Amino acid sequence: MRLSPDQMIFWQHGFLKLNGTIVFTWGLMFVLVAGSILVTRKLSPGLRRSRWQNLLEIVVTAINEQIKEVGLRQPEKYLGFLGTLFLFVAMASVFTIVPGYEPPTGSLSTTAALAICVFVAVPLFGIEDRGLGGYLRAYLKPTFIMLPFNIISELSRTLALAVRLFGNMMSGTMILAILLTITPFVFPIAMSALGLLTGMVQAYIFSILATVYIAAATRARKPEPGPED
Amino acid sequence: MLIDWFTVIAQVVNFLILVWLLKRFLYRPILDAVDAREKRIAAELADAAAKKAEAQKERDQFQHKNEEFDQQRAALLSQAMEEAKAERSRLLDEARKAADAFSSRRQETLRNDAHNLNQAIRRRTQQEVFAIARKALTDLASTSLEQRLEEVFTRRLREMDGKAKQGLAAALKTASAPALVRSAFDLPAEQRAAIQNALNETFSAEIQVRFETAPDLVSGIELSTNGQKLAWSIADYLASLEQGVDELLKEKHKSEAKAEPRPEAGTERKPEAGAGPEPEGPKPETTSR
Repeated sequence: MRLSPDQMIFWQHGFLKLNGTIVFTWGLMFVLVAGSILVTRKLSPGLRRSRWQNLLEIVVTAINEQIKEVGLRQPEKYLGFLGTLFLFVAMASVFTIVPGYEPPTGSLSTTAALAICVFVAVPLFGIEDRGLGGYLRAYLKPTFIMLPFNIISELSRTLALAVRLFGNMMSGTMILAILLTITPFVFPIAMSALGLLTGMVQAYIFSILATVYIAAATRARKPEPGPED
Repeated sequence: MLIDWFTVIAQVVNFLILVWLLKRFLYRPILDAVDAREKRIAAELADAAAKKAEAQKERDQFQHKNEEFDQQRAALLSQAMEEAKAERSRLLDEARKAADAFSSRRQETLRNDAHNLNQAIRRRTQQEVFAIARKALTDLASTSLEQRLEEVFTRRLREMDGKAKQGLAAALKTASAPALVRSAFDLPAEQRAAIQNALNETFSAEIQVRFETAPDLVSGIELSTNGQKLAWSIADYLASLEQGVDELLKEKHKSEAKAEPRPEAGTERKPEAGAGPEPEGPKPETTSR
């Protein structure tokens, strides 16, 4: 029984290999980028625009609004990172309706990679916003005694991010595969729909947690109530 | 082992590439388009607000102008109405005056007409009366009447008062032609002699007398010499009566300055009762028939 698309190896040369995770990720990347290019190639700044442009505008502005609601004052700065996290995870689960496809997020390697990206991005954004000293001082708060716990918290939440997403996506795929062997008709469809739902929820959870971490790192000194809500 | 570290590294790289690509092809264009649209909408809203303000301003101006126009119109209207009223009263006055003048003129004309008619009737009546009288007297006149007339004439001649007598005497003396005695009928010889005698006695002189018949005297005898005249005739009476009646009519319509054409051209003075011989001016006897 295959637990992750990592084990689906198409080509290998020593350390280098081309497994299912990477291939499906490329496919997702291609779809996302190609769709974006197709739609944004002929954007209209006027009041009349195409339906696809409308859809993308809704998605992008919704993500932007979400980031703003969490408390980041310049959502455009974080939109690239957080928006891509959400879109990638969401699309990975949405494409499970395609037969033969296995979500790359069902691989612990992918989720670990995403968690590592968050783990690196949080201090980067924090330092960019508050400076190195300011960012490091946040580990000593409320007192220096909390320093080890803060560091443990950093590491554990990254681990939690990776494992949570992996567990959910992998379990969805596993349940589907098991059900297909037990009850091949109808019931797997319901579970597939459930899997779509849990995939979307996980995408939201993953990106919103990353947003919260970044927000905590950047505005720890004082939550200034911006002019906008 | 669930984690394949090569795959992890590859996925990190993949993810970073995806972030860059999506930033490049999705987020930036979409956000730019949204921003552009928002700016455009904001600009349009501002433009609309400006236009609205301008429209409001223009509307206010227009309203103001309208009110001004209304006021001016009302003022002009009231002025025109007043002028029309004044003009109307003026025209009415004129018309009333014209009507008054016309009616007074008409009344005048009517009065004149009535007056003229009255006068014509009077004149006519007068003429008829005198014509009848003259006709009757002419019919009545005869030789015997002439005798009586001669007697009356001689008596008058003898009873003539001093002043008239002197005038007549002087005229008779200075006359180169014989004195003329005119009568309506041819006088018989004894009457002529009686008149001659009376003249001779009255003026104590031999008076040359020439007798002549003049039917226009109606009935009577007239002595004329050198501009002086002594007469007694019914024509004289009639003439003086006409004169008297004319004067009466004139007096009655004194207001009129019109000279009435008289039916008789008699201008001699009214003879005194008894038709005493009186010195007359040099004007000739113009009793006409």
